[in-house]
Amino acid sequence: MMEIVLNGAPHPLADGENLQQLITALELAGKAVAVAVNRQVVPASLWPQRILQPEDKVDVVRAIGGG
Amino acid sequence: MDLNSSPETGQQDTGLTIAGKTYSSRLLVGSGKYRDLEQTRAATEASGAEIITVAIRRVNIGQDPKAPNLLDVVPPSRYTILPNTAGCYTAADAIYTLQLGRELLNGHKLAKLEVLGDERTLFPNMPETLKAAEALVKDGFDVMVYCSDDPIQARLLEEIGCVAVMPLASLIGSGMGILNPWNLSLIIEQAKVPVLVDAGVGTASDAAIAMELGCDGVLMNTAIAGAQDPIRMARAMRLAIEAGREAFLAGRIPKRFAASPSSPMAGRLK
Repeated sequence: MMEIVLNGAPHPLADGENLQQLITALELAGKAVAVAVNRQVVPASLWPQRILQPEDKVDVVRAIGGG
Repeated sequence: MDLNSSPETGQQDTGLTIAGKTYSSRLLVGSGKYRDLEQTRAATEASGAEIITVAIRRVNIGQDPKAPNLLDVVPPSRYTILPNTAGCYTAADAIYTLQLGRELLNGHKLAKLEVLGDERTLFPNMPETLKAAEALVKDGFDVMVYCSDDPIQARLLEEIGCVAVMPLASLIGSGMGILNPWNLSLIIEQAKVPVLVDAGVGTASDAAIAMELGCDGVLMNTAIAGAQDPIRMARAMRLAIEAGREAFLAGRIPKRFAASPSSPMAGRLK
């Protein structure tokens, strides 16, 4: 096991897990979300090949009401 | 398109063109502060707005992933979604937010930039705003930018390549209306890109005044969402924007110091 930082909070993750697996585990696959790792946007098409490393900072965002 | 034409001249309002796309509505709305998504949907529809701005925020990890999403009630297939950088206090955070917004909306380039200065005023931090605007334009974004009502700052943003400048009329969420029409007029007079009032509108007459000054449009959120009846206020704002625009195109009478009778002087009974 290792730990990443997901949306600002520590999150445990199996070694070698990729971004697609993380998003699927969060039940967010197919949802209107965008993802960045260490402040670099990762397009959805590249999630499967993006292997996460310990302490990676992952942001998963969506659109909400705002002005 | 439902563009108004003049009964006298048949002359049509040309619509609001931003980054090469023409919209018939000159009212742009925010999607914040509503009671729920159904009220968001109904008020947005009543406003007649075609451009709706949204915030980009981290997903609450662990919340019900099946909960309805804002984009389900204001779908990108029907509205032009304008991701914004509300809450950003640095150029770096604003740029990062819009890069994520672009990804979220499948490469959509139109974005609203705002970089705030402090929490009490939510006044724009103009040095950071200029820095962010420059980077975003270079990165291919069509940037609509919230700015101070300073004609020099507006000109600098236009020179950078922003597609619309959006000065505040008064503080965000304050409902104080158009506090400095003279500055807005100076900005409108020189601008070659659309000028939209973004922030400060409290009620319908404020929106009408902005349009009578010659603004190309108005962006508002709190004035609608915070009203006792947001759906009715959305309709009021739609009508006010149309009325103000029509009055601007019609050309108002000059103000005079003394009275001028409406009825002819000749033929009076004595």
